[in-house]
Amino acid sequence: MPGLMIEREVLIEAPVEVVWRTITEPDQMSQWFADRVELVVEPGAHGFMEFGDQGGPVAVEIVDPPTRFSFRWNHPRGEEPVAGNSMLVEFTLTPEGDERTRLRVVESGHELLAWPDAEKERYAGEHRGGWAEYLDRLATLLAKRQPG
Amino acid sequence: MTAQTDDELWSAIADPSRRRVLDLLVSNGDVSASWLAGHVPFSRQAVSKHLVVLERAGLISRRKQGREVLYQVEADRLDQATRAMAELAAQWDRRLGTIKRLAETAHAENKKRNRHEG
Repeated sequence: MPGLMIEREVLIEAPVEVVWRTITEPDQMSQWFADRVELVVEPGAHGFMEFGDQGGPVAVEIVDPPTRFSFRWNHPRGEEPVAGNSMLVEFTLTPEGDERTRLRVVESGHELLAWPDAEKERYAGEHRGGWAEYLDRLATLLAKRQPG
Repeated sequence: MTAQTDDELWSAIADPSRRRVLDLLVSNGDVSASWLAGHVPFSRQAVSKHLVVLERAGLISRRKQGREVLYQVEADRLDQATRAMAELAAQWDRRLGTIKRLAETAHAENKKRNRHEG
C-alpha cells in the first residue's frame, strides 16, 4: 500500500535488551505477530510468516541491536520486496532508564525517494502528527461543512 | 475495500500536492479546477492530473453545473479511509500490547531467577 503510514508507540517496563529479544526472536514473534514465523534475523534474510491459513514472505532490512529492527512484508510472492510493492515495518527502541523502554513502530508503504527534499520534509512533518489525525482532520472539516 | 482500491486510495493521499487539493475540496467543496488552480502553487494542468487520481481513488466526484465542472469530496469514501486507518492502528496497538506483556513477564521472571541465584 504505497502512501500509507502508521505510527504507534508503547512504554514498556523492561530493559531494552528484553524488549529487543521479544520483537526479534522468531518464537517470540509468533506470539505477537504471526502464528508461525520462519526467519533468520539478519539483514537481507528472507523468511516466511503464517497467519491462520494465509501466509507470506518477509524480508529483513535493518538489524541493529538493541535499538533498530525493520522488515518488509505484504509483497507478492516471488517478487523482491521494494518500496512500492510492500510495507516496511520499522521498530525503534529507546531506553528510558535501566528498566524502561519506549518502543515505536512505523509501518509505511510510501515511496519518498523521487520527491524533492522540501516535499519530503513537508510529508514527514505531516506524518509526525500521524495519518489517522490527518484523516480525522479532513473528516472534521467535512462534518462542519455539511449541515446535518 | 479490496487491496487494489486500498492501493489507489493511499497512493492518492500520499502525494503532498494532492493532499493540498483534497484539503481545499474538503474545506470549500463544489469548486472548479480553475478555482483550485488559483489556490495552489502549481499549474492548472497539474491540478487536473491530481483531480483524475483523486477521482479514480473514489475520494472525489464531479458534476456539471451549466458550463462548469464542479468537484466535491466523497464523504463516505473518506469515512471508509478513516475507519480502515483506525483499524490498522488498532491492530498495531494490539501487537504492541502483547509485546509489552511478553517483555514485562520475561523481565519479571529474569529478576526472580537472579534473586534465586544471588
